[in-house]
Amino acid sequence: MTNAPLSVSPILGRFTLESLPLHEPIVVATFAAVALGGIALLGAVTYFRLWTYLWREWFTTVDHKRIGIMYMILGVVMLLRGFADAIMMRLQQAMAFGGSEGYLNAHHYDQIFTAHGVIMIFFVAMPIVTGLMNYVVPLQIGARDVSFPFLNNFSFWMTTAGAVIVMMSLFVGEFAQTGWLAMPPLSGISYSPGVGVDYYIWSLQIAGVGTLLSGVNLIATIVKMRAPGMTMMRMPIFTWTALCTNILIVAAFPVLTAVLALLSLDRYADTSFFTNTLGGNPMMYVNLIWIWGHPEVYILILPMFGVFSEVTATFSGKRIFGYTSMVYATMVITLLAYVVWLHHFFTMGSGASVNSFFGITTMVISIPTGAKIFNWLFTIYRGRVRFELPMMWTIAFMITFTIGGMTGVLLAVPPADFVLHNSLFLIAHFHNVIIGGVLFGAFAAINYWFPKAFGFRLNQFWGKVSFWFWVIGFYFAFMPLYVLGLMGVTRRLRTFDDPGLQIWFVIAAFGAFLIALGIAAMLVQFAVSIRDREKLRDTTGDPWNGRTLEWATSSPPPDYNFAFTPVVHDADAWADMKAHGYVRPTSGFKPIHMPSSTGTGVILAGLSVAFSVGMIWYVWWLAGLSFVATLAVAIAHSFNYRRDFHIPAAEVVAAEDARTRLLASGALA
Amino acid sequence: MPLTGHSLRAPAAGLRLFLRSASVIGLAALLGGCDMVVMNPAGDVALQQRNLVVIATVLMLMIVIPVIALVCLFAWRYRASNEAARYEPDWDHSAQLELVIWSAPLLIVICLGAVTWTGTHLLDPYRPIGRLAAGRPVPADAKPLEVQVVSLDWKWLFIYPEYGIATVNELAAPVDRPIRFRLTSSSVMNAFYVPTLAGMIYTMPSMETKLNAVINHPGDYAGFSSNYSGAGFSGMRFRFHGMDQAGFDAWVARNRASGATLSRATYLALEKPTEKVPVMRFASVAPGLFDAVVNQCVRPGTTCMADMMHRSGGHPAAMEHMPGMGTPQGRRPEEPLTTAGAGGPAPATPADVDHRSDAAPAPRHPAH
Repeated sequence: MTNAPLSVSPILGRFTLESLPLHEPIVVATFAAVALGGIALLGAVTYFRLWTYLWREWFTTVDHKRIGIMYMILGVVMLLRGFADAIMMRLQQAMAFGGSEGYLNAHHYDQIFTAHGVIMIFFVAMPIVTGLMNYVVPLQIGARDVSFPFLNNFSFWMTTAGAVIVMMSLFVGEFAQTGWLAMPPLSGISYSPGVGVDYYIWSLQIAGVGTLLSGVNLIATIVKMRAPGMTMMRMPIFTWTALCTNILIVAAFPVLTAVLALLSLDRYADTSFFTNTLGGNPMMYVNLIWIWGHPEVYILILPMFGVFSEVTATFSGKRIFGYTSMVYATMVITLLAYVVWLHHFFTMGSGASVNSFFGITTMVISIPTGAKIFNWLFTIYRGRVRFELPMMWTIAFMITFTIGGMTGVLLAVPPADFVLHNSLFLIAHFHNVIIGGVLFGAFAAINYWFPKAFGFRLNQFWGKVSFWFWVIGFYFAFMPLYVLGLMGVTRRLRTFDDPGLQIWFVIAAFGAFLIALGIAAMLVQFAVSIRDREKLRDTTGDPWNGRTLEWATSSPPPDYNFAFTPVVHDADAWADMKAHGYVRPTSGFKPIHMPSSTGTGVILAGLSVAFSVGMIWYVWWLAGLSFVATLAVAIAHSFNYRRDFHIPAAEVVAAEDARTRLLASGALA
Repeated sequence: MPLTGHSLRAPAAGLRLFLRSASVIGLAALLGGCDMVVMNPAGDVALQQRNLVVIATVLMLMIVIPVIALVCLFAWRYRASNEAARYEPDWDHSAQLELVIWSAPLLIVICLGAVTWTGTHLLDPYRPIGRLAAGRPVPADAKPLEVQVVSLDWKWLFIYPEYGIATVNELAAPVDRPIRFRLTSSSVMNAFYVPTLAGMIYTMPSMETKLNAVINHPGDYAGFSSNYSGAGFSGMRFRFHGMDQAGFDAWVARNRASGATLSRATYLALEKPTEKVPVMRFASVAPGLFDAVVNQCVRPGTTCMADMMHRSGGHPAAMEHMPGMGTPQGRRPEEPLTTAGAGGPAPATPADVDHRSDAAPAPRHPAH
């Protein structure tokens, strides 16, 4: 598309046929593949008459477990998109030497690296983190659902709506060509007049509503809905990290919302918050976005620290070492996350004292983080370590993350940052901690809790194939980037002069190819496991000899999670119950009070997409109508009094009797 | 018999040793073959920054290597199949260990923090350099070479006020003479980075940053923008020449011989987006150009930001009674930063620039 100022039609806004990227063969081919796949999927759903089932049981559900699973599916699907972007970049950078332009033009390449960052953080890592917390936290604290079940459904659909908007930009118009934080003045209307930055803004604003509300929801859940006896210092570590993460979300995401709102005002209303002239100050944006951006990385990693704590304790067959110091380390990280943001721009000319301050606070974060690593280490010490898949991912994490942490502290030394900032060394560092920390944690968590969610384990062979391809692929893909960084090569370059660099980019591309095999093996693992589900069936509800409450109920848990709310006497509540000869109650069940499903979340999210499309394309009538409709639906929903129901005692008895039989059959086998 | 066992294992061990040494040698060759400019720079500031990278890495390796070794050791020793290892499922606390766990990283961070505090102050880019190289302080009579740097879409403009010359996409400096850069940008943010010379510093529109450096060895080095700035970003490269005094004098003379003038009009034509621009040389430069760029007032009729602040406290309306000062500083009619809308082709020679530009308006230098 051209960026010449387009005339704005009253009906279609600035949309014209030119907006469709028909001249980009790569995009057209992708669209054809996605369209065919989509039609096949929709056809299959129709053929198997699944629409009603999906709508009733999944789309409108307020069950935290199903919402958690849907978040995970969203994250994995978007991982495929984000990774496609990654491999395209690796290919371009491996090719574009000695006068070669590679195969991507600047307009396309610049969108790809922007989309890669945005998608991986907001629509892969965030849904996976939120999905895990949604699924696991209520089970770990012995609750039947989250505090605000409808809000939970609404949050999920808002996040999905954001993802839909990003995906739309691939085929209609363009995405931002600004880098993943859309720094002005480049992202201002003067230098990015197209729809790309507007897609960026609205996808993040819509998804941000979901993230923020889900943060509020989980804080309320953890604070108010813990089982009797579960004091704060008896909460499982994962729940602790979830609490701290959601505090970070609630404190940080409004800053992102505000800064994007100011950027929108600059772009739509001709204000001058971040412009070069008229008193605007682009550095204010840089400050504000990193005040959100740095806590964001702890939002991603803290829950994974929780995952590793659960996994290490379970598979070492031991209590977690240093529970108290683990909790305090988490809190210290939560607080310090707010006083380090300036280390993202040491090179913008702050004074030496300011730079030193933020450099040293950054280093201080490595102390609680180091304490955590030692705590896991001493949990393994004098344990009996079973190297199941979750534990393998944990060991890979401990080694990889330590290296990433070291390069991170190096970057926190301002004069070192002067030579390494924006270099491929930096890229290697944050992929080292995000892949080595967040993704490895996500894979550990998926392998760990999958049997809980679906009632059967994941296939181990394909899991191991995936593990080795991922881990080796990661080192091949990112160690060369450390070297390139030391050779003075910086990020976001599309072409290169020095042919001596090419070999390193080829090695990195090979690593990305190995990771692709790792992802493929993971998908095969899912498929094979579903095929062999009877063989992999977990009848006990506690396949790993777990220590926390989620393992006390059946796999998958009933809608109501626990027929009777458990009473907690220890941080490792379930291990404690097992040790004291806990006997599962088999009679005396009562009706259980539960929240009702509602379609309002889907409708509101759909209207938000329509509103965003209207805003992005200047289709004012659509924006206006859908905004009014959103308000109307929200108000109408407040008159919906059918919000809850009771599961009859007979149904509870039937479900619990079925479990009794299953446990007996498992015991016989 | 131990001997049999040994001889059976020997080939495998030998092969492993061979593979290991081969891979080490291979890696060393690969690393040796590449030019790690950050690890081996030609300028003293970059060298001191390199030293800090090394010191910080060594300090951290003191804790990182034991941690990684312990992870491997414990994971192996306490594997479930090893029944011989001690198993204490309820052992979860040790005050002594906790003390070590928290204090070992703390000690490292205290050391690193001290290094950081001093290093950051010594290597503050705004601070004039104190030495030309280790053991060679800056002579008292040394006059730093001032270079004014403007990042344009997508090329670099270097102005040498001392010599009245300017160049595009070529930078030169005599060896062992302190260089003082003043930097800004015309439209979007970039970062000025010559890895062999000194760390990077952002160039930002309406703002001025500073960088002090020195080059110690003659040579032809790479420089570029290290902060993404739009479609033509990858081509924003220039050469930096470290020269002896005679060579530098000849280089200055060569620029003077070009005869071209960097007037305000030339600048306005030059700042339009172009990509992969060849080197341009200007024998003379409009006075006050750099300050006008910083203050967003190169275009005739625009009020400089500094004046706006001084005279009106930020309200353009308050200046309407002042002759020539009442023009509100509006948005410049900027070109979008895409190749499609990037104006005409790159001027091939400075002469072209002069010919294509509008008639030069009478320069108006607002009094500061």
